[in-house]
Amino acid sequence: MDIIIYGSGCARCRALAKAVETALQEMSLTANVKKVSDFKEMMAAGILQTPALSLDGKVVSSGRIPDANELRLWLTSKHG
Amino acid sequence: MPCSCHKSQDLSTTRSCQPWWKSMACVLPALALWVLIYRHLEGASHVLVETILGLSPGPLAQALTFFFYDTPKILLLVLLMVYVIAWLRAGLQLEHVRNFLSGKRRLVGYLLGAVFGAVTPFCSCSSIPLFLGFTAAHIPLGITMAFLVTSPLINEVAVVLLWNLLGGQFTSIYLAVGLGAGIIAGFFMDIIRAERWLAPFLQEAMQTKQEIPEINETRRLSFTQRHVFAVREVVTIFRRVWLWVILGVGLGAALHGYLPEQWFAEHLGDGQFWSVPLAVTLGIPLYTNVTGIVPVMESLLLKGLPAGTTLAFCMSTVAVSFPELLMLKQVMRWQLLAVFVGTLLLIFTLTGWLLNTVYVQL
Repeated sequence: MDIIIYGSGCARCRALAKAVETALQEMSLTANVKKVSDFKEMMAAGILQTPALSLDGKVVSSGRIPDANELRLWLTSKHG
Repeated sequence: MPCSCHKSQDLSTTRSCQPWWKSMACVLPALALWVLIYRHLEGASHVLVETILGLSPGPLAQALTFFFYDTPKILLLVLLMVYVIAWLRAGLQLEHVRNFLSGKRRLVGYLLGAVFGAVTPFCSCSSIPLFLGFTAAHIPLGITMAFLVTSPLINEVAVVLLWNLLGGQFTSIYLAVGLGAGIIAGFFMDIIRAERWLAPFLQEAMQTKQEIPEINETRRLSFTQRHVFAVREVVTIFRRVWLWVILGVGLGAALHGYLPEQWFAEHLGDGQFWSVPLAVTLGIPLYTNVTGIVPVMESLLLKGLPAGTTLAFCMSTVAVSFPELLMLKQVMRWQLLAVFVGTLLLIFTLTGWLLNTVYVQL
């Protein structure tokens, strides 16, 4: 699974990265986590608000930090 | 929030976890509690300052009473209004706004850009991705600018605070000026073809044809889903603004208690013409959220600062700030940045002068 975290290094972006890592650990999943802070890449992905999260190339949230249960739900559906 | 389902549910994949009446059963007691607290705030702040802290009437007691009354009152109003607006707005995303704006004619576009700027919540740390996304969708620069200018100036929290602290008339003026500033600034940007001063990679993006990304179809949201969304928004926005409110009211309270009554009226009350550009210039290095500035506005007006000067100062503080400019520098050349700042300062100054002339009595 490819996970991309889009953010310009603001506090909320780091919080999102941490939330994703925690969720992965709890579910003992491994994934290819990438952090993108380049605005051009964000533009190409069609992202309007940071922090944003994409799973396997699909943007699932932007402009907010999803809560732990939401994350778990998304990760399960991608994995299962 | 003891009884709610928002903890375990995903908005986009769950239909609803409870029938609507169960959500209502959660909302109604919360509302009753809200009303109860709200109605007793003023009395409680007097009791706290005069009886518990034992302060005799004076500047300190006055400032503290104001602070202990205004802070919780404003925080409560914020809670309620963010919930209500979020409930109504549930399902509307910036992606929709972008796709909607990309097909619009210019003149309609400025107005809509400004209006969308007002109703969509916006964090300044997102201004660059938003700017890029709008530009890549071939939305004219002026429309994006209208959005960017209005967005920090107007939001539901600000409107409620203005209405509550300063009355309907002032709120209407504020809204008209905020939207007008966005529309005029946007219009002006397109007239002078400001897009030639965008960063080179953006000019390229504007020329190449790019598909506007599709959005997943959004279904009609159920009552419970709206409730879940609204609760989430309340948490997010409240976290973001509570400190600003306290700082704003604290500063307002200090002005309230310590600045002599009518101090401004005596020194600047004649609306000397230079006081407006001075106020606007002072607002640039100062930066605060619109939520924090409203209580300060109230205090300034109470102390007799003319309405135009107050409005000009506060709008300049909110709309133009160094952190924002540093961020915009990444996508704009300095010419565009200078035009952007200059246009806004000019609009605020002219508005201030106009208001001071026609709106002497508040």
